[in-house]
Amino acid sequence: MKRLASIGLIVAMLLAFGGCASTTALVKDARGGPGARLDPWENWNRKVFAFNQGLDEKVLKPVATAYAKIVPQFARRSVDNFFANVADAWSAVNNVLQGKPEPALQDVVRVTTNTVFGFLGVLDVASEFGLPHHYEDLGQTLGRWGFGAGAYVVWPVLGPSSVRDSIALPADRGFASPAVFLNNGQWQVGITTLQIVNTRANLLGASQLLDDIALDKYSFMRDAYLQRRRSLVFDGDVPETPQPPDEPASAAPAGGAVAVPDAPASAASGAAPQ
Amino acid sequence: MLSKRLIPWLTAVVMGAAAVMAHAQAAKAPDALIKEVSSDVLDAVKADKSIKQGDVNKVIALVDAKVMPHVNFQRMTASAVGRYWRQATPEQQKRLQDEFKILLVRTYSGALAQVQDQTVELKPMRGSADDKEVIVRTEIKGRGDPVQLDYRLENVGGAWKVYDINVLGVWLVENYRNTFSQEIGANGIDGLIGKLAERNKAAGATKS
Repeated sequence: MKRLASIGLIVAMLLAFGGCASTTALVKDARGGPGARLDPWENWNRKVFAFNQGLDEKVLKPVATAYAKIVPQFARRSVDNFFANVADAWSAVNNVLQGKPEPALQDVVRVTTNTVFGFLGVLDVASEFGLPHHYEDLGQTLGRWGFGAGAYVVWPVLGPSSVRDSIALPADRGFASPAVFLNNGQWQVGITTLQIVNTRANLLGASQLLDDIALDKYSFMRDAYLQRRRSLVFDGDVPETPQPPDEPASAAPAGGAVAVPDAPASAASGAAPQ
Repeated sequence: MLSKRLIPWLTAVVMGAAAVMAHAQAAKAPDALIKEVSSDVLDAVKADKSIKQGDVNKVIALVDAKVMPHVNFQRMTASAVGRYWRQATPEQQKRLQDEFKILLVRTYSGALAQVQDQTVELKPMRGSADDKEVIVRTEIKGRGDPVQLDYRLENVGGAWKVYDINVLGVWLVENYRNTFSQEIGANGIDGLIGKLAERNKAAGATKS
């Protein structure tokens, strides 16, 4: 309980900080601008990204590959379901915070059904009944409340984030993990490790695809992350912003260095979170 | 949660190819077109073992025959290249298109192997029937979570053509824009062409 309180305090403090940040120019640059504007810390971020890549290559990916090879699929699915069930509980809280009663209720039914009839969430019975996942988190809740994403941030080990999602990160990492229910430090480390390995194993196919498709993995991941998170805030239904012209009108200065194709879109989108 | 949906991403990319294929008749409603085509291609992929095993040439042939007629690939490439498109010579534009196409098609070959028992469902469309540009929203349902897959289409002389695909909230063409302009800024248009060609060669080498 003490731990919950301290997390709550951190969140509150960060919220206050976020309030300031969002009133600055950051919010305007929430999405869609050129690299320099949505990613003012690019130099530093790239270094952290390179570190994360190295860590992944040397440790995480080999471990996850072995895990996927050794552990049978039904067992991996059970592990996945177990973690998803805890995330569903956190999703219910966030659906309430976002004022969405119906998805909140679905999450509650999901969690109770899977916890009771699915052996603490190991079986995903609720999905069989056609109850969908929602995967709401505090980062999305803040977005719903009008916080812009802010600048892009890459955290060591944890990876892509934004100012807004970083504010939510302690809560999203803490409450969406079964580790929150454990008092034993060793168990917490164990369950967190399993969670990380499970997540990485789920991504093995996607990371191979990313290697093939991205010219510059860093910016491809950055832009995908920011687009994806924005989409999640709007539950997949992002309001259409005026499409940047593919071939800028003659008004664009021919030799101008900073004609930005989608500047109007980003300004409009930053201002209208609902 | 991001991660939970990234595996279906692979599948979704395949459906992206799938859904833009269509029969030759024009002036069909865009959502009906997407639905029909997705289902057709899904069936074709499910029936063809060599595609599922990652036969790149077969995938390219399939995409060329069925998908490309319904994609405005010039607009796709122009949109990804952004404001530099007009500065490119026709020869450069053609090479950009060719290399970009190979890059995208290659990703299908990897993703096609993931198709199993998925089906496509349309979500309600907004906008009016006489819009020049529409967004068709679909969901791919299979095992696990449904995958959001949307399309931007434009009406070109009575026929609907796809010019961007959204997988799980990420518009693919849009996603290349920053990378492309960064590369052109550093090494010019030929630099970008070279980079694309190099990436395509590398991906080809690891695949075969």
